[in-house]
Amino acid sequence: MANYHDIRYNFAIGSGADVGVMKLIKTLTASSSGTIDFVDGTSDVVLDSTYRTYIIRYINAHGSANANLTIQFNAAGQSGFNETMTTTFFRALHNEDDTAASVGYVTGDDIAQGTGYQRLAQTGNDNDQHVSGEVWLFNPSNTTFVTHFIGRGVEAHGSDIAADCYVAGYVNATAAVDEVSFKMDSGDIDSGTFKLYGIA
Amino acid sequence: MADYTAIKYNVPFSKAGSLKLITTFTSDGSDATATFASGVDSTYKEYLFIFNSIHPETNGVYFQVNFRDGSTNYDATKTTTYFRAYHDEGDTATSLEYTTGGDLAQATGNQRISDDLGNGNDECCSGYLHLFNPSSTTFVKHFIARSNTYHSSDYSVDVYTAGYCNVTAAIDGVQFAMSSGEIQGGTIQMFGVL
Repeated sequence: MANYHDIRYNFAIGSGADVGVMKLIKTLTASSSGTIDFVDGTSDVVLDSTYRTYIIRYINAHGSANANLTIQFNAAGQSGFNETMTTTFFRALHNEDDTAASVGYVTGDDIAQGTGYQRLAQTGNDNDQHVSGEVWLFNPSNTTFVTHFIGRGVEAHGSDIAADCYVAGYVNATAAVDEVSFKMDSGDIDSGTFKLYGIA
Repeated sequence: MADYTAIKYNVPFSKAGSLKLITTFTSDGSDATATFASGVDSTYKEYLFIFNSIHPETNGVYFQVNFRDGSTNYDATKTTTYFRAYHDEGDTATSLEYTTGGDLAQATGNQRISDDLGNGNDECCSGYLHLFNPSSTTFVKHFIARSNTYHSSDYSVDVYTAGYCNVTAAIDGVQFAMSSGEIQGGTIQMFGVL
């Protein structure tokens, strides 16, 4: 029988310091939720300088109404999800009856130095309709530069359209960002899973 | 004797994941280049570079990448695409467009992976670049990148770059630089994708 210290692995186990990982920090599950919020220091959420890059994945986010899943941020020490953002939004779409397909910028879904929530993707409220995707948040703890984010989501639109949605922009503030909020722009998030990951 | 299921490890498996951090470049405030001259080999089939808060010395420059294909120079022949979506802070201009000036056709120069970057104190770009199977000596080497730029004229620009190094030699180094001036802030992490 081999001793424990003689066991060999066919993959490299880092010493710890050199292991960079995409670590799951927190999973939140929506249930008729007005908002889904990741708040640093609350309920085991870490959203600070521990990680340089964060990824939030939303999976099967289903609304109580035909609505857009949206996102906003809050800076450390401040209140309210109302950070100033400038963003872009474009999408590719194709409907189920094969009569419409396009790719294009959507001017109504971007933000120019606004403080509202940014659209990620639209979901219908049929039982099988929802949105899924991810948002990358870069270096949110920095207090020198704006904070960039980029996202991509796929929607099962209320008009029976598949749409591939691309959003990007920056929080135009040098304060650290330590809170992220999701909500529907109408009604609740009936169900869905939201996962916050950190990349060291 | 313990059952297999009862074996305890002193390895922090909570840290285990799909990425392994190979090295981190942190700008010292005056870097002509950020060079990853080692660690790009057959260990991983895919490498991921995440760049955070890259700040230029010079206003209106592009953050760029190039690849080494066996010599000492970062000058692999590339054919690439570049498109972007933009929106200005004044809400007067939006577009989704291909940018012919941002791509390469069988050229050896640097490929831009940001748009026209501002050098204001809070201005920078952030994003990622995937490099696929760089050690292959059979196929061309693909890469894809996405970033967001704080444009020198106060636009948010969502930038998409992709292409291939049109060589069958292994790619064994990656270098980032500004199109003019220095990198004066930011970090670039190189990960191997397990």
